Amino acid sequence: MQLDDQRTTVYKVDPERPETESLPLVRTEELLLNMGPQHPSTHGVLKVILELEGERITKSTPVMGFLHRGVEKLAEEGTYHQFIPHTDRLDYVCAMYNNFAYCRAVEKLMNITVPERAEYLRTIVAEVQRIIGHQFWLGTQALDIGAMTVFFYTFRDREILLDWFDELCGARLTTSWYRIGGVERDFTPSLLDKLRRFLDYFLPLIDEYVVFLEKNRIWVARTKGVAVISAEDAVNFGLSGPTLRGSGVDYDLRKYEPYAAYPRCEFSVPVGKNGDTYDRYWIRIEEMRESVKIIRQCLDQMPAEGPVMAEVPSVTLPPKDRVFTNLESMIQQFKLFSQGFDAPKGEIYCGTEAHKGELGFYIVSQGGGKPYRLKIRAPSFIHMGAFDFMSRGYMIADAVTIFGTYDIVMGECDR
Amino acid sequence: MHALAERIQQEFPEGLVKAVEWRGDLAVTVTPKALHDVARFLHDDPGMDFDYIVHVSSVDWPDDDERFEVVWEFYSIRKRHRIRLKTRVSEADCTVDSLTDIWKGADFMEREVYDMMGIRFRNHPDLRRILMPDEYTEGYPLRKDFPLQGKGWRDTFEFLNEGAQ
Repeated sequence: MQLDDQRTTVYKVDPERPETESLPLVRTEELLLNMGPQHPSTHGVLKVILELEGERITKSTPVMGFLHRGVEKLAEEGTYHQFIPHTDRLDYVCAMYNNFAYCRAVEKLMNITVPERAEYLRTIVAEVQRIIGHQFWLGTQALDIGAMTVFFYTFRDREILLDWFDELCGARLTTSWYRIGGVERDFTPSLLDKLRRFLDYFLPLIDEYVVFLEKNRIWVARTKGVAVISAEDAVNFGLSGPTLRGSGVDYDLRKYEPYAAYPRCEFSVPVGKNGDTYDRYWIRIEEMRESVKIIRQCLDQMPAEGPVMAEVPSVTLPPKDRVFTNLESMIQQFKLFSQGFDAPKGEIYCGTEAHKGELGFYIVSQGGGKPYRLKIRAPSFIHMGAFDFMSRGYMIADAVTIFGTYDIVMGECDR
Repeated sequence: MHALAERIQQEFPEGLVKAVEWRGDLAVTVTPKALHDVARFLHDDPGMDFDYIVHVSSVDWPDDDERFEVVWEFYSIRKRHRIRLKTRVSEADCTVDSLTDIWKGADFMEREVYDMMGIRFRNHPDLRRILMPDEYTEGYPLRKDFPLQGKGWRDTFEFLNEGAQ
């Protein structure tokens, strides 16, 4: 990027005074600063070109795509089932929610109803993932702007949940546990027990996180009143999740278009007032408490047993134990993975409230086993669209806070 | 016909091409000429009140005369309804009006559509590639005639071949 000559102006100290050779000239000009793509606070590989006046940002231009892998193109080449592991690699910090959002979209396309127990299992795991996502955000965002301690605490507790995922599906990050029409396997008694114990352990810890940050004057000074956006602008930019709710709009798809077991749970949607980073932090803290509430309700209400996968043999996978013992199930499994199922002609959009915001899938089907077009509505990408607007007038150091306030993950942003 | 589609038909009898409701989603196709006016109406009319932009996307239909379909999806936070607005353009003249002046969030989303499918947006403030490199010359990756493995640019990267030798 070239700075054109017109913008560079030379000012004298005092224009009234005659120019002499000894008089020093003060030259002010706009400065271009490349931030990233290897900056530790850009959460992966994001580059932002900042135009500065002194230390104030006058304009910022995000440069993205360093992690572009063509996921949408890949989706057109595989069957619907085969795309599930690709969704793990979108927002790789919170793979479960991506699986969930994708499976919901395909279920809407295929018009499948998920069994009740599976709905509860899905809700529980999704909320566990939300806690992990917020813990991760809390740790890294505070670390980026200089508060280091809380990082160790949130990551210590996140580790317990990742191990729990490991026990659930054999992977800590790239989980692929959700399936079209249900989930891959049921909870074991040990998992239920561990989850209940974790919730009891975790709830008082949220207060501990709060103490680390809210008593930290530097952290508070760097988040209060930074990255402010009004409700009207936030809606106009299409922001979602805590980034939007911080501005006082209670847009939450779990309430607006209830899905899974959410309509059967009582929970509130925390909403901010000032639309700054501090309010978004507060929302995420409150959401962790709400998540604990939702998980507890689900654990209590959940039917003790029942199928965890819808019985639609033309679409959903057979249970694993039947695949190895029953010929028809093996053929079903083989056919679904090699040819896929025949989707009807049509198009759907299905949005799901992930912890970052609205994660949506727009699927166009022309019949056959592969999606004709699959578009991912990634909240991180859309949030970056507002970066220039939100960063103008702030200091360079605040740019880091603004990345943080979106909870940006480049895997999802660049796709 | 869906109530929202009926309203649009009353306001724009010539602009509306078709309205389809499937799986609870309403998709309205309008002519490229009427696109901006319909979008303005969707945003400003109190009965419509589509204040929230969900996504901008595009679909390639290589066999059709009007090859590209550009898709906007809107939601109304106050009214809690959603609509999908579509328009079709031909390959020779794949230019549509930008809606960035109505929804500021459309800026990056439309840039992505331009980058991936090569559809130009009239009056867009900064129409550049966004995910692919600026110097990328192989065309538009999400078009159906673009091969999955690319067109060979990747093979010219020296560092990828170093390990093999």
